[in-house]
Amino acid sequence: MTKNKVRIQNAVTYGMVVLFWVVIQVMDKTGHLTSLFKGLLVPLCMYAILAVSLNLTVGILGELSLGHAGFMCLGAFSGAFLTNCLETAVPSVGLRFFMALILGAVVAGVFGLLIGIPVLRLKGDYLAIVTLAFGEIIKNLINVLYVGRDAAGFHFSMKDTTSLGMDKETGVVLIKGAQGITGTPRAATFTIGILLLLLTLFIVLNLIHSRTGRAIMSIRDNRIAAESIGINITKYKLMAFSISAALAGMAGVLYAHSLSTLQASSNNFGYNKSILILVFVVLGGLGNMRGSIIAAMLLTALPELLRGLNDYRMLIYAIVLIVMTVFNSSPKAIELRSVVMSRLRGGAKKEVA
Amino acid sequence: MAEMNTRRTGKSAKAVVAADRTAGADKTRAAAGQTAGTEKSDAAPTLEVKNLSISFGGLKAVDGFNVVVEKGQLYGLIGPNGAGKTTVFNLLTGVYKPDTGVILLDGKNITGRKTIEINQEGIARTFQNIRLFKELSVLDNVKVGLHNHHRYSTLEGILRLPSFYRVEKEMNERAMELLSVFDLDKECDYKASNLPYGKQRKLEIARALATDPKLLLLDEPAAGMNPNETAELMETIRFVREKFNMTILLIEHDMKLVAGICERLTVLNFGQVLAQGETSKVLNDRRVITAYLGE
Repeated sequence: MTKNKVRIQNAVTYGMVVLFWVVIQVMDKTGHLTSLFKGLLVPLCMYAILAVSLNLTVGILGELSLGHAGFMCLGAFSGAFLTNCLETAVPSVGLRFFMALILGAVVAGVFGLLIGIPVLRLKGDYLAIVTLAFGEIIKNLINVLYVGRDAAGFHFSMKDTTSLGMDKETGVVLIKGAQGITGTPRAATFTIGILLLLLTLFIVLNLIHSRTGRAIMSIRDNRIAAESIGINITKYKLMAFSISAALAGMAGVLYAHSLSTLQASSNNFGYNKSILILVFVVLGGLGNMRGSIIAAMLLTALPELLRGLNDYRMLIYAIVLIVMTVFNSSPKAIELRSVVMSRLRGGAKKEVA
Repeated sequence: MAEMNTRRTGKSAKAVVAADRTAGADKTRAAAGQTAGTEKSDAAPTLEVKNLSISFGGLKAVDGFNVVVEKGQLYGLIGPNGAGKTTVFNLLTGVYKPDTGVILLDGKNITGRKTIEINQEGIARTFQNIRLFKELSVLDNVKVGLHNHHRYSTLEGILRLPSFYRVEKEMNERAMELLSVFDLDKECDYKASNLPYGKQRKLEIARALATDPKLLLLDEPAAGMNPNETAELMETIRFVREKFNMTILLIEHDMKLVAGICERLTVLNFGQVLAQGETSKVLNDRRVITAYLGE
């Protein structure tokens, strides 16, 4: 019985994403989409992916991480770097984008593993502070990184472009420190974004409802008991953390290919971004993937859609935040929801009868 | 093998044949070993602890602890509050590393190993304050216990390969079997934290048994139970011993339960063994009574 319930719940989540895609496609064809909203579509998908992946760490593993933007940054830069590197070798933009997605996920995942080894020994607030610091370190390191390529190969520097010491004729600077990466093809489309979101959901939902997911959740619920029945705590903590990081890296690659200029600025990858993603997760409900997607999409779209209201914009944003929190967490609201749902279901059954 | 059987005395041959009928060759060998053990008593006991000690700062929490638990025995560990009973459990399960002493499980030295390794060697436990996976369902709690016995890789799980469905089905069947032993099968979809107290205790035992241990450690299984629940628990513990042929070491304060089901007792006081032996003798020992009630 539980198994069927899980299947239905998962199907609803996938269905919701597909429905969203269909609605947007129809609106686009019939010309109901403003250019403002069109520009929002890829970020919507990106934030949804980030929220779902962070929910794996925060909601399922039960560890508070504030370094998610750092992993996204790693993915974005390694992906964009690959796309620009292979410009001549692989002419197809689509193929390069695909390879970049894989590389971005792998790089972020590996760094997630490396950072996770020391960091996951900590708990609660301490873990949050250290992951926040690691996110900032990643961002700041990329901010001063210069990479160029000439006939002799790659050149790295932490100072400036001239210190790369490249051959003047053939040298091309690929990463220009604070100026970041320019000229990445804008290959990210809404459809690709939705596909990646579905892939993320597929990985995360299937992971949760498997042997591995149960082990991860058992660590969250009671570490000592999990250890006493032979669950390898370190292994499953690292696994959840690095899968979460890899998916964030993938979202970063998507982001990088929706911009012509990618910079590791505080605005793009700062700790505020990490906290914003955490807000989506908390509002959507810990461990609730569908909630994460809805919260991420609503709260990303809202400030932009309300732009016309000027000063009242942030006021309404704040009210929506409060209402969502109450709707999701207040015991009375949950009770009301279940009553309404059972009535709706009861009504539907009567109609059938 | 057949030749050996015919040479045996009537009683042990009957035991071997009975085991043969119910299970495969594995069990036959085990039964043969057991009968040989009772005849010559040279088989290693399930648990043998020698001179176990640990101090925290200046406090000797456990000092020169010895115990021998034979296969299939129901063994009690009692003592006043703060005597070091739970510390002994934590030493046995590798939560603490002992300062001195040796722990042998089926003759194999497991001293100083990690908790998860010790569980894989065959010691499972429950806790004084219930430690269930609260947000998981009752069924999933037991399935986590089956984790190391029914395996498929993470990738197989994510991609939902056939091995996933096959192993999950095995796990569900095995878990439901265990739950029905404890009369929890109807509640398999409940969240663990929504179970009544007595059933949470039972679920904890079911989860420990799911790891297929040789030795089960129960830390105050009757704590917080009313007399009816305690009586039911006694039946359950007896039943577990019979059904799974389990060796059980338990800590308990409820003397009714201890006197009712334990065959042998060890009494701890201030970290040291005060008395050891058959239950009725130990409970009438003057030193034990003094330790509990004072002069």
